[in-house]
Amino acid sequence: MGHGGTSASIAVELICTLIYAAAILGYTLMGLLSSRNYKSWPLYRYLCWYAGCTCAVIVIIGPFAAAAHSDFRIHMIGHLLLGMLGPLLMAIAAPVTLLLRSLPVSRARGLSSFLRSPYPALVCHPIVAALLNTGGLWLLYTTPLYTWMHQYTAVNLLVHLHILLAGYVFTISMLYIDPVAHRYGYVYRAIVAIIAAALHGMLSKYIYIHPPAGIPAGDAETGAMWMYYGGDLVQLIIIGLFCYRWYRDARPRKLVVSTALDS
Amino acid sequence: MTSHTRDIHDDTAEPRRIYSKRNMWSGFLFGVGLAAFIDETIFHQLLHWHHFYDLSTTAVGLVSDGFFHAFSWFATIASLFLFADLRRRKALWMTRWWGGVLLGAGLFQLYDGLVQHKLMGIHQIRYNVDLTPYDLTWNIIAVIMIIIGSILVWRTRRA
Repeated sequence: MGHGGTSASIAVELICTLIYAAAILGYTLMGLLSSRNYKSWPLYRYLCWYAGCTCAVIVIIGPFAAAAHSDFRIHMIGHLLLGMLGPLLMAIAAPVTLLLRSLPVSRARGLSSFLRSPYPALVCHPIVAALLNTGGLWLLYTTPLYTWMHQYTAVNLLVHLHILLAGYVFTISMLYIDPVAHRYGYVYRAIVAIIAAALHGMLSKYIYIHPPAGIPAGDAETGAMWMYYGGDLVQLIIIGLFCYRWYRDARPRKLVVSTALDS
Repeated sequence: MTSHTRDIHDDTAEPRRIYSKRNMWSGFLFGVGLAAFIDETIFHQLLHWHHFYDLSTTAVGLVSDGFFHAFSWFATIASLFLFADLRRRKALWMTRWWGGVLLGAGLFQLYDGLVQHKLMGIHQIRYNVDLTPYDLTWNIIAVIMIIIGSILVWRTRRA
């Protein structure tokens, strides 16, 4: 997989490219069209969406993906882009909000009732999302899954898809940028975020000591440190946004009340 | 309605009293974050005295280190937002805040010096040298910070 040549890998590259193009074009069109009826969709959200989708696609197909296949250090940088930075940028782009204001009212109602149904509510529960995200990584690096991923194209694709989706679900379970069915308090989410970050850090040290099968010790050490410090950097952005939202929500409201009473 | 009348008073003692706990916690979290930050930048990155991983580390040491690292990262940022919140409410109480900082930094450093370095063997302060003076300096500074911090927090228990 990733070396080109086989028809299966060409098909995969084609499908991924099509999905990527559809995501970029669809988002842009929805943004431009819905801006005629609503407030203009902000530029930074378009840019975040493009950057987020690009982070994801270069890890799955193309020369970067091929290099990651043979070099654990590049594999780990890819993991940061696909599982952390890409999903974060996508979450900031608020695709669900954009979809809701672009769809006809009846469809939008259908979507929002789907978002309130049990399955999305369960997956977006902070603890479940953290388990899917960090738990999935523990599974990948401490079991033979990592070896299978490099032997079978299908496993490789599924693992990548899981990392992307779990990263996205975890990000939106922490940052409520798009509407969510059930909101959990700041302290609750903060505790889950700390535990998830701790498990991520522990896994990087575990990889440092126990390289996955077939990885030279030196590469594993560099990769593990990338995972540790790179993870810290993305978490820094998430925590900053998280705290900023608390700061905004917790602003003193009494002044607003009193002016409302006065006027 | 009582909270409304409170706001009318232009008296700094009142918001301070209401947000007394927040002042302490903002300082405490900042102290933990600061101690961890100094540990990471100076001892790990600049001096290379500490090691990313030490062969004698126990499993429980890795777990403890993981939690403290993640917690301190969060604490630093959260404490600064709490600080900004206290400022906009005109409830900032610097003496109490500093008490919290010293208490947080001291407790973290003592935990790091005694439990993580010694009991769990995460890593040592420095390698290939006699550790006693380093360990003593490390832990005595921690105790001094805890004592001063406690005094400050105790003396500001009422506005």
